[in-house]
This record gives sequence, structure tokens and C-alpha cells, in this order.
Amino acid sequence: MASNEEILAGLAEIVNEETGLDTDAVQLDKSFTDDLDIDSISMMTIVVNAEEKFDVKIPDEEVKNLKTVGDAVSYIANAQA
Amino acid sequence: MARKVVITGLGATTPIGGDVPTLWENALKGVSGAHTLTDDWVEEFNLPVTFAARVTTPPSETLSRVEMKRMDPSTQYAVVAAREAWNDSGLTEMDQDRLGVAFATGIGGVWTLLDAWDTLREKGPRRVLPMTVPMLMPNGPAAAVSLDLGARAGAHTPVSACASGTEAVDVGLEIIRSGRADVVVVGGAEAAIHPMPLAAFASMQALSRRNDDPEHASRPYDLDRDGFVMGEGAGALVLEAEEHALARGARIYAELAGTAVTADAHHITAPDPEGLGATRALKAAMFDGLIQPEDVVHVNAHATSTPVGDKPEYTALKAALGQHVDNVAVSATKSQMGHLLGASGAVESVLSVLAVYHRKTPVTINLENQDPDIPLDVVTGTPRELPGGSIVALNNSFGFGGHNAVVAIRSV
Repeated sequence: MASNEEILAGLAEIVNEETGLDTDAVQLDKSFTDDLDIDSISMMTIVVNAEEKFDVKIPDEEVKNLKTVGDAVSYIANAQA
Repeated sequence: MARKVVITGLGATTPIGGDVPTLWENALKGVSGAHTLTDDWVEEFNLPVTFAARVTTPPSETLSRVEMKRMDPSTQYAVVAAREAWNDSGLTEMDQDRLGVAFATGIGGVWTLLDAWDTLREKGPRRVLPMTVPMLMPNGPAAAVSLDLGARAGAHTPVSACASGTEAVDVGLEIIRSGRADVVVVGGAEAAIHPMPLAAFASMQALSRRNDDPEHASRPYDLDRDGFVMGEGAGALVLEAEEHALARGARIYAELAGTAVTADAHHITAPDPEGLGATRALKAAMFDGLIQPEDVVHVNAHATSTPVGDKPEYTALKAALGQHVDNVAVSATKSQMGHLLGASGAVESVLSVLAVYHRKTPVTINLENQDPDIPLDVVTGTPRELPGGSIVALNNSFGFGGHNAVVAIRSV
């Protein structure tokens, strides 16, 4: 079980790896598409990498609901619980 | 009168140099890019061929980490070479609706394809990443170069095995002549030093087995030649309508005088023993460029170092050039860098342009006992100086499938 801070940090690393964005830019209130300019292909790559890193399942139909980094952190935290 | 097309930029990443100045320096010196492979998979699969000619310079020296992740190695090489050619051309801004791309490959994203297959088998479908498709598609290099340069006049991918890179030059010339673009970045890229293609080419007896002496394995025209050496890399050329180049005061390397592409329709892999398709391509390229046999001073030959492949090219050259074939300085540069498959014609076109521009030919290495059935004047030892005045160099490329492609480069 990872804390929300640990999930955010892990997610920021995944986003950095995929897009080159600075990890500091990955904040809870940031929108993946509008703020971080992440396209659908990168988003799916991030989701798959997050599934492996946090040992959770994020169904494809849930991905569209993960609009902000905070949405993703919450989803992963709940999925781990 | 067809639009005249000139060459204003060159780029390359190869087993004997990661950029054009280094490639040219080594091509004149005569070095081998073939070395023993140290990858675990050589032993793991007990490969019958244990060496190849890798690029000297990792693309990560040019590309960012994120770019590297989103491109197959073949596309990485393409973008590295295309950026060098673009910067070399001095083109900064132009109407990008008039800028095209023709970037070839023989195989495409074979590393990506086979990695994804391994991932599917080991970890299941969820782990097959969504970038897999754009990374493995053969038009990946052309598309990436188009994106990188903002080229919007069309991005093409000629695929004709080992003739692909030369065919891309032909495609670029036709696009400019048709009026559809003023500038086309052409080239070829390949990255197939992977155990599966090595096993497959070895299986068809196409690769040299000189495992104990890789540097001397690629020996075109030599009696002891026993197959080609797998290479990798990319070459790129900026083709430009002459009036466009003159208007901006560009440095012009040479004129792309003529090109031709033919098919043997003889056998899926074996060359026509009479070289008839190659002869027709040579004659057609010369006709296209209004070239007489006496104008030709240099040939960058396809010459892969296979027992069956080298001879028909001589037959074709003799048929196309007549007795003048004896006066032509021939370079077999695959002796140095191995066979870059779909990239070879592009890199060899770069070398042909430089030979005309500097009036000097690359050398052929490893030629110790020349096959008496191939009495060409092969340049060995030191570079050959080419004469003054108007001169022409030909670059030949042939591919499995019976593809023949020839480009003719004329001095300006």
C-alpha cells in the first residue's frame, strides 16, 4: 500500500519517463490533456506503466474519467485498498 | 524540359562514421566497420554469424530520451541523418507545403515488432504498448522526418529491399519534376541487427561466415568472398529544384541528373545472371540524364560481396557503358561499412555526390585476389582523383524481389 504522496511521486516519474515533463509539473490539480499536453497514446502508456508499478488494474473504460493527476492518484489508492 | 534538380544537403549515420564528414574521411581512408557482436543473444541462440557492422555513434547523442523511447532504432537513424542533411542544406524557412519526404527502409521497425511479440508472450496483451504500431510501421522513418521538419508535401516510403534507399532518390526527383514540391528530403534507414534477421539472412546463405575475422569478411569482387556483412544506419539527401537553390544562394554539391528503376521479373531473390534488368536501369538512368557512356567516370557499385551477386552487375555495367567500362573507377563501399540493406542506396548516393563534388573516390578494402570474371577497375589502397570538367557518377542498388535502381550524379 502506497500513500497518496508516494503514488503522486511514482506517477510523476512515469509521466517524466514517457513525456520528458519535469516531475515537479505533475501536480494533483493538473489536467493530463489541458495542462500536461498528454495525448491518448501517451496516456495509455502511462496507465499501463502505472498498473505495473502499483499492481492495480485500470480498465480502459475508466481511463477517460482520469482527467486530472489527482483523479489518477485517487483511483490507484482506492484500487489498492 | 524537365525541372533541373540539385543536391544541397547531406546527412548520414553509419558503421564508419556518425556524420558525413567522418563518413567521408573514413571512406577515403578505408576502414572496416564490422566487428564481433558482444550481445548475449549471439550465444543464447548459437547464431551461425557472430558479427555485424553497427553504427559508430548512438542516436542518443542527437535525440532526447523521450524521442528515443517513441522511435524504433530505424526511425532514430533516419531522423539523425535527415537533421544533419537539413542543417547542411542551409534551409531555414520555406513554404512547408512545398517540402516533401521520401524515406525508405527495407524491413521497417523489426526491433519494435519482435520486442512487442516477446512482451505479448511473456506479459500478455496489456503490456503491448500503444506506440507499438507507429513504431513498427515501415513508413515510420518517413513520417518521423516529415514531423521533425514540418514537411507537408507528402511523405513517401519506397520499399524495395536493398534497392529502397536508391529508389527513394528516384521518387524525390520525380516529385520535384512533377512540380508537387520544391524540396524533398530523401533517404533510407535500417536497423536490423537483431538475432531473427541475422538468422534468416544466414539461413539463405547470404551472410559471410568469416566469424574469426569480421574486418576482412566484406570483400566484394574477391575470389574468397562468401557473403555480405549486415550493417545498419541511415543516409539522407536534400534534393532541391535548381531555381529554388539558386534563388537562395545555396551551396550546390551536384546535379541529380537522372534516375531509373526496373524489375527483373526473373526470380524472387537470385539476380538475373545476364544482368538484364540492371542493364535496363543503367541505360534508362543515363537516358534520363542525357548521359553518354564517356561522361561516366565513377561507379559506386552495389557489390555486396556475395558469390552470385557481384558478377551480374559487371555484366550490366559492360552492357550499358560498352568498352568505356574499363575507364571507370569503381568503388565497393560495402567492403567498409557492410550492407545497410534499405539504407545502403541512400548512404552510397551520399558518397557518390561527395565523390563528384570533391572529385575523389572512396576506396574498396579487402580486395586481395580479384575475381578474374569481374575485370573492373576497382579503386583500392588510395582514393582515385577524378578528372576536371563535367563528370558523372552512377550509384547502383539491387534488391531481393528483382528490384534495380540507379541514380546518376553530375558535377555542377
